[in-house]
Amino acid sequence: MERDGFLELRGVASHYGATQVLTDIDLSIAKGEFVALLGSSGCGKTTLLRLLAGFISPSAGEVKVRHRDVTHLPPDKRGMALVFQSYALWPHMTVAQNIGYGLKLKGVARAEIANRVAAMQSLLGLDGLEARKPQALSGGQRQRVALGRALAVDPEILLLDEPLSNLDARIRLTVRHELRALQKRLGITAIHVTHDREEAMVMADRIVILNAGKIAQAGTPEDVYNRPASAFVAAFMGAENVILLNGTLEDDDFSIAAGTANVAGNVPLAGRPLASGPVEARFRPEAARLFEAGEIAVIGPGITFRGEVAAVSYPGGHWRHVVRLGQTEIMADGTQAFEPGTRVGVFVPAEALFLFKSPEAASVSPISRASSGKVHA
Amino acid sequence: MTAARNPARRNPLAALWWVPRGIIFGLMAFFIFGPLFNLVLWTVAEKWYFPYSLPLEYGFSSWAKVFAPRGGAMQSLTNSLVVALLTVVVSLVLAIPAGYALARLKLPFRGLILLAFLIPQAFPNLTVYVNIARIFYEIRLNGTIPGVVLVHVSHGLVYAVWIATAAFSAIDAELELAARNIGAGAMRTFMDVTLPLAAPGLMASAVFVFLESLDEFTGSYFVGAPDVNMLPLLLYTTAAGGNYQIASITALLLLVPSLVFMLIVERFLKADVLSRVGH
Repeated sequence: MERDGFLELRGVASHYGATQVLTDIDLSIAKGEFVALLGSSGCGKTTLLRLLAGFISPSAGEVKVRHRDVTHLPPDKRGMALVFQSYALWPHMTVAQNIGYGLKLKGVARAEIANRVAAMQSLLGLDGLEARKPQALSGGQRQRVALGRALAVDPEILLLDEPLSNLDARIRLTVRHELRALQKRLGITAIHVTHDREEAMVMADRIVILNAGKIAQAGTPEDVYNRPASAFVAAFMGAENVILLNGTLEDDDFSIAAGTANVAGNVPLAGRPLASGPVEARFRPEAARLFEAGEIAVIGPGITFRGEVAAVSYPGGHWRHVVRLGQTEIMADGTQAFEPGTRVGVFVPAEALFLFKSPEAASVSPISRASSGKVHA
Repeated sequence: MTAARNPARRNPLAALWWVPRGIIFGLMAFFIFGPLFNLVLWTVAEKWYFPYSLPLEYGFSSWAKVFAPRGGAMQSLTNSLVVALLTVVVSLVLAIPAGYALARLKLPFRGLILLAFLIPQAFPNLTVYVNIARIFYEIRLNGTIPGVVLVHVSHGLVYAVWIATAAFSAIDAELELAARNIGAGAMRTFMDVTLPLAAPGLMASAVFVFLESLDEFTGSYFVGAPDVNMLPLLLYTTAAGGNYQIASITALLLLVPSLVFMLIVERFLKADVLSRVGH
């Protein structure tokens, strides 16, 4: 997909009072792309969406659609339709009136409106509900009416503000796929705000992770999952096990020194900006392999920790162990259960081990966003 | 029998609980409906004097007198209704933009502005209206319908603005944003989304203003009389002259719209609006 800059943000910033909510947002979105803005609450993702919709003016920077500056255009002149988290359906209008309101504003003939509203209803599975008021609908139905209202005006850009967060977990899973399929079929550019990692992964072409008002990383789901650019992204994408290690740079390898809880190991550098000294290592519980302390387990490049099982539980599919490594505790999954108290080895293969400059080092020279944090096998 | 005796054994007074309740409700009903009943009796009494507790003769001659072309009551009723309706219109024309601004914009001294509408009620009516009458006399508004309407608006605006503010702030701002987002301009959004949703609250504020205007005496007396006679003035003069029949009929005429509108208010004014009045 070429980044022809269908929707472009350049140096966008926003503040609320004295608080800086967004800083220096640069983003280029292609036509037909599905972009997820992912971040924890308060990271500025909803502010960014409202800024795109025209409800807030940025304090700096510009927003362009097809090379046309829309930064200071009022919301009704932007051609972007927003699906609100609260749905914001008009309670005094019926389903058909809600969906058809945008068309009515455009001066579309009454019969034509009725046709298009009916088509939208059958597209979204809302047949027979046209005379209902929003209060008489279920959560899922309201969500679809809100979507229908936004889609009815044929927007170039669809903005989605956590539209699935008010749905039951089971409905949410199906709506994800329906929404994605619909967006593909209609070829609409969509920007989806969510705090749900999995939702962003399964729906988006590209994920933009926001942290404290800045873009922490932007890339394909596979990119941000397997090649997190910073410790924050790695942690946000589920690599919650964190251990501080010491290592030295040796040509193309990063050689990790033996510590209280780990044996010495070697991982390929693969272009990461690491320097000799302390590093922060992160990995996911499911990436670890557990074996008994006595076994020999040199499976490939990677690192082996030695520790003791502190607890074990069965969340389903695999056994989850809490392993004590010296002062810290980590989680590691295994296909078999080890009793608490067992001495175990935990092997993390190089491709699943994310290494970053340790926070002290990072504060001296911040991690560049462009750099890749990948560890190649 | 055993079933009846069992609760009585636990607490012998429990079975008699209805007695104090009945007395309290009976007294309340008497205090509310007693005077009303007396009022209705007076309207149809032809002859009624001490020491008789009920009228000696019944008839509708007083009604005929009130509604006679030269009775003056019809004139007063018309004046009162015209003034009340005009007061409602003027108050709403002022209160809708004011209420919207107070509800939506981040105004400095918002609390003070809201309080300012209370000022006409905060001082003794007499002093205020005597001075208004003096000023109105100079600018020739005394004894005119617009003069009375202005006085009533100043009096009723506190209800209109406070309730309108509450009605507008009860509307989720996202509903307006949704309309803007889908292509409606600011004015169109107000007409299509905000106003219909605020309508019940605005309706209630109109009712309050209408009732205030209908009941208002002091201002009507100083600014309106003797050229513009209103229903409360008629009530006052007839009652003061000892004509209880005419006074009762006038009172009844004042009571009917009040009852009707209280029912309307009860229907339209929802809890979410009420909870925001004055905030």
